[in-house]
Amino acid sequence: MIARGGFGFASGTTAAVLAGVVFGFLWMAVIGVTLALVTGLPARPPLLAGMLAGLGGAAATLVLSGGTRRWGAMAAALVVLVAAALGAPFGLPLGEGTLWQALALLLFAGLTGQSLWMCLGDAVPGRLRRYDFERLIIRIAKGAGYIVFSVFVALPFYVMVMTSLKSQAALLENPLDFSIDITRDGLFSSYTELFTKFNFGTYLLNSGIVSFSTVVLTLLISVPGAYAVARLRFRGREAFARSILLIYMVPAIVLVLPLYTVFSQLELRNTLVGLLIVYPATTIPVALYMLQGYFRGLPAEMEEAGLMDGLSRLGVIAKITMPLSLPALASVSLYVFMIAWNEFLFAFMFLDDPGIFTLPRGVASLNSSELPRELMMAGAVIATVPIMVIFVWLERFMVQGLSAGAVKG
Amino acid sequence: MSEHKGPPKGAGPLARREARLAWAFLAPTFAIVALMVLLPLIANFWISAKPVGLADLRPPEPTINERVRGDGVAAGEAVEVIYTARNSSPNLPLRNVDFSDTIPEGFTATVDDPRCTVEATAFTCVIGDMEPSDRVRLEAAFVPDRAVEDPESLLEGSAPTITGSGENPLTNFTFTTENFVKVFDADEFWAVLWTSISYTVFGTGGALVLGLFGALLLNQPFKGRAFLRGLFLFPYVAPVIAVAYTWVTLLDPNSGALNAILQQIGASHGPINFLGQTSMGSVSVLGYTIEMPMALTTVVVFEAWRYFPLSFLFILARMQSINTDMYEAAEIDGATPFQQFWYLSLPQLAAILATLFLMRFIWTFNKFDDIFLLTGGAAGTRTLTVNVYEQAIGLSNIGAGAAVAVVVFLVLLAFSLVFFRFSPKEG
Repeated sequence: MIARGGFGFASGTTAAVLAGVVFGFLWMAVIGVTLALVTGLPARPPLLAGMLAGLGGAAATLVLSGGTRRWGAMAAALVVLVAAALGAPFGLPLGEGTLWQALALLLFAGLTGQSLWMCLGDAVPGRLRRYDFERLIIRIAKGAGYIVFSVFVALPFYVMVMTSLKSQAALLENPLDFSIDITRDGLFSSYTELFTKFNFGTYLLNSGIVSFSTVVLTLLISVPGAYAVARLRFRGREAFARSILLIYMVPAIVLVLPLYTVFSQLELRNTLVGLLIVYPATTIPVALYMLQGYFRGLPAEMEEAGLMDGLSRLGVIAKITMPLSLPALASVSLYVFMIAWNEFLFAFMFLDDPGIFTLPRGVASLNSSELPRELMMAGAVIATVPIMVIFVWLERFMVQGLSAGAVKG
Repeated sequence: MSEHKGPPKGAGPLARREARLAWAFLAPTFAIVALMVLLPLIANFWISAKPVGLADLRPPEPTINERVRGDGVAAGEAVEVIYTARNSSPNLPLRNVDFSDTIPEGFTATVDDPRCTVEATAFTCVIGDMEPSDRVRLEAAFVPDRAVEDPESLLEGSAPTITGSGENPLTNFTFTTENFVKVFDADEFWAVLWTSISYTVFGTGGALVLGLFGALLLNQPFKGRAFLRGLFLFPYVAPVIAVAYTWVTLLDPNSGALNAILQQIGASHGPINFLGQTSMGSVSVLGYTIEMPMALTTVVVFEAWRYFPLSFLFILARMQSINTDMYEAAEIDGATPFQQFWYLSLPQLAAILATLFLMRFIWTFNKFDDIFLLTGGAAGTRTLTVNVYEQAIGLSNIGAGAAVAVVVFLVLLAFSLVFFRFSPKEG
């Protein structure tokens, strides 16, 4: 980085001030709150002192040179924080949870120093070219972005899991205390209660059956349809390929009332069969659309060779097209499975009988002022974990399915 | 020779066979889409013009009740029996109601009613039409030819039968405009429409902006990028009910962690009811007072949180496909990072951003689950879709709910027309 010298707005100093304030604030908020959540101590993170500590660290990175910059930044952040917070770096007396506090203090200093060093490691105090200044600003914004996004996305999930392991009384007493005593008896009591008294085993099974069957039905119907649209010539093909997605724009809430009335009269309403008629109807159009796009990309020559050798069209689909499209089939299946697993509206409107609830319907039935919160959260965890495991395990296919099918929300 | 000039015109037998096969392959798709999407869509219009409530979903049926008065009777002494016929439906009439009961052996029956005819072993009464919730009482006297100890069980042993035809409220031809009048006359209709539109605009915009930032964060390779990408998709992959209830728990004014955090770090002094409070105060801008909504803002933030992963995926994919030569050339010409973003990246992303905005706009407008689970439509968050549920199930008026659904559909149609008019044309 080229130093131009002198002072001006676009200087390394400006960037350092910005970085110090931003990272000091963010890391103090994150670590202070984490300390409170993990230990249950009534920590009061002093944000102002955090910002001052960040400024101290930033000053050190600018003033020092070479390999001492990183350690200097960390040490400066540590010293300034302790001084600025008047010896109580997290608003706690030092005697309370000393070990945790020391750990949090080191973590704060380390992370703040590291962030500052990564952003300002090659910065100089003086005026900078606009190019170099903007690079610094972008680095700072990105660093802050990583912290803010991760916390914003992860916090609800953390709260979900932790609340499910707590008791309502403890939660009301100190909503911040998510410390978990692993040795406590009945840590998983919410879960055992759901499985023993609330039929969640059955709901899990029902959800599995409904989602799996939806995938099978969707594939059975959409694979030939997609093949026809991709390969066979018929009048109206282009119009059909374009309009299939229009079906998707029809809101479920407009369909749910007529289906509710008709299914009530046909006595299909309170049945899983009813769901198995509705779910494929909502997933077939998008599955067909995704698959026909993939089929179009496959070389037609192999299929023609198959036809020449005497295979029927169905034979070609089964022996040539399907094996070639296994990745696409996996993506579509996972995407459809996810839609069926997560579906709430139809399950909520159609199912009254607790014996045939799916998981979302079962969790909805836990939303009662008479039941403690942790049961509801445990139900949420039970509904979330299977789909998350599938997602993490088969992320590549799932992401493909999401991006292909993301026209649906 | 004259028959075979030039290439064949029209469809040959092979082409016709191929087309037939194509239609056969597509038939199941057509069938299920027609039955489960198009038909309900039409049915919704039909229901919206009909006076049907939740209670009318079962067609009206006549019921009959028999009560025997008197304990033991001697021969020749009359046992009084009272029959009560009832129309079970509160809203629909019944036609041609008849009932009959058998006369047990050894009894003679007299029914002092012009509507009834008595025969040797049974009697029949013609009640005719019954208004909704109507009751008709008929008295009969049964005289045994011997002493009977327990006439009650003897007479009630033969259950009377009643028949009658009620119209199915869904298939008859009674129409009304009342549903629409009710929907448009309601004070809150315009407020609901306005809520719907602001939720859609801000929710879509928020999700898009977050998606763009998320994509910018993960555009360059670094250690942990795959992990962060997976994490960023979590909100969308998790079941809506799980994340919505988690937010409700997190934002609870009494036991929620967020309020505790805000108070702990000194950002707020008392608990904030994020999902239950309509307003967070008002701001004056240029002489106009703008009421800042609280619950609506919260559901918009939830919407942005839950759906940014979709925009994020699309934008990231588009970013990764931008040719890097362009940036190298720009570097050499001395373009700064912001200039590169503004003049190179953004124009490349414009098409995908526009498409995403329109798609997400329509889908956000259609959203029901999120708001329903977060607030149930309370505190100024009732959108059109939540109103459909509220009218149909909350107020038990299916017809009015369907009328709101028609409004939803028409607004959506208008959006779609705009969408197809302005959507970027691709190949």
